[in-house]
Amino acid sequence: MGAWNVKGFLGRYRFFLAMGLLWVGLYFGKTDLAVSSLEVCWYSLKEMLIVIPPIFILVGLFDVWVPKEKVVRFMGKGAGFRGVLLSFLTGALAAGPLYGAFPVAAVFLKKNASLSNVFIFLGAWSTMKIPMFLFEGQSLGWKFALTRLCLNIPGILLIAYVLTKMLEPDEEQWIRQQADDLTLR
Amino acid sequence: MEYVFYGIAVSCLILSWVKDRQKTLKGLRKAWKSLEAILPQLLGILLFTGIVIAWTNPETISRVIGVKSGWLGTVGAAVVGSLTLIPGFVAFPMAAMLLTNGAGYTQIAAFVSTLMMVGVVTFPMERMYFGTKVALVRNLLAFLFSFLVAGVIGWVHGM
Repeated sequence: MGAWNVKGFLGRYRFFLAMGLLWVGLYFGKTDLAVSSLEVCWYSLKEMLIVIPPIFILVGLFDVWVPKEKVVRFMGKGAGFRGVLLSFLTGALAAGPLYGAFPVAAVFLKKNASLSNVFIFLGAWSTMKIPMFLFEGQSLGWKFALTRLCLNIPGILLIAYVLTKMLEPDEEQWIRQQADDLTLR
Repeated sequence: MEYVFYGIAVSCLILSWVKDRQKTLKGLRKAWKSLEAILPQLLGILLFTGIVIAWTNPETISRVIGVKSGWLGTVGAAVVGSLTLIPGFVAFPMAAMLLTNGAGYTQIAAFVSTLMMVGVVTFPMERMYFGTKVALVRNLLAFLFSFLVAGVIGWVHGM
């Protein structure tokens, strides 16, 4: 089992290991750059530690407590306008970088939320988060932030529409299966 | 403010624990398993971001986005925004600084929009959840959409 484990570890962590090697190379080539990149890493690590653990705890609790029927009713295929609104709101109320949205999207998919609502949620999370919007207005001006917000709503809807239309049933099946595998049964 | 999600998560956890211990443990196990599934990617992204940001300091970025850099500057801004993964509370003050240094609103809008919507660094992770097709098309559409946003914001600020 030992050899298999090592192989599995190397496979799963290959991206991380490659980056580690790149960093070592950088250290010998441009030491100051390597050191300042570690400072950035520390900074991003703190950001991850602020958002990632609570997100996963909430995803886990959502998984065990919220029954499928509820999610289907509020965010499923037949949820209509209410589902769209709810998807926008859950995305906008979030915090943290886009990669935090993927596990949440997975648990929604697992509970049979519609694909289009999940894509709307992803879009809203990526670019319409309310705390970010307030900060954007303060630093770049309200004209800037409000124009972007007004454009983002139809933009997100359009992207979600195109993504949903382009997927074949078997591809949707694959995505739902993947969501299931990644959040564990 | 930053810890508000910890507050929410802990409150939910306590509530859940009081209602059903077994279920709570199961939920925590699921939480750990789904975190563990993407942990390698997360750590890789962490290192990668560190290296890329150390390279692309504000000076490099302002050279690309520069004063009156026109269409090419907008494309450059969109490419930089897509490649980098900077948290908003770092990116917005930086963008504001670039504006006062003479970068155009069009370029800044392209940068901000792609920064938030397009993720080249997180692409492998997105692919893991949604498959290559969705990840590719979503990022591509978001990239194109950012030019529309940039154009409109430039136009609005020129009025």
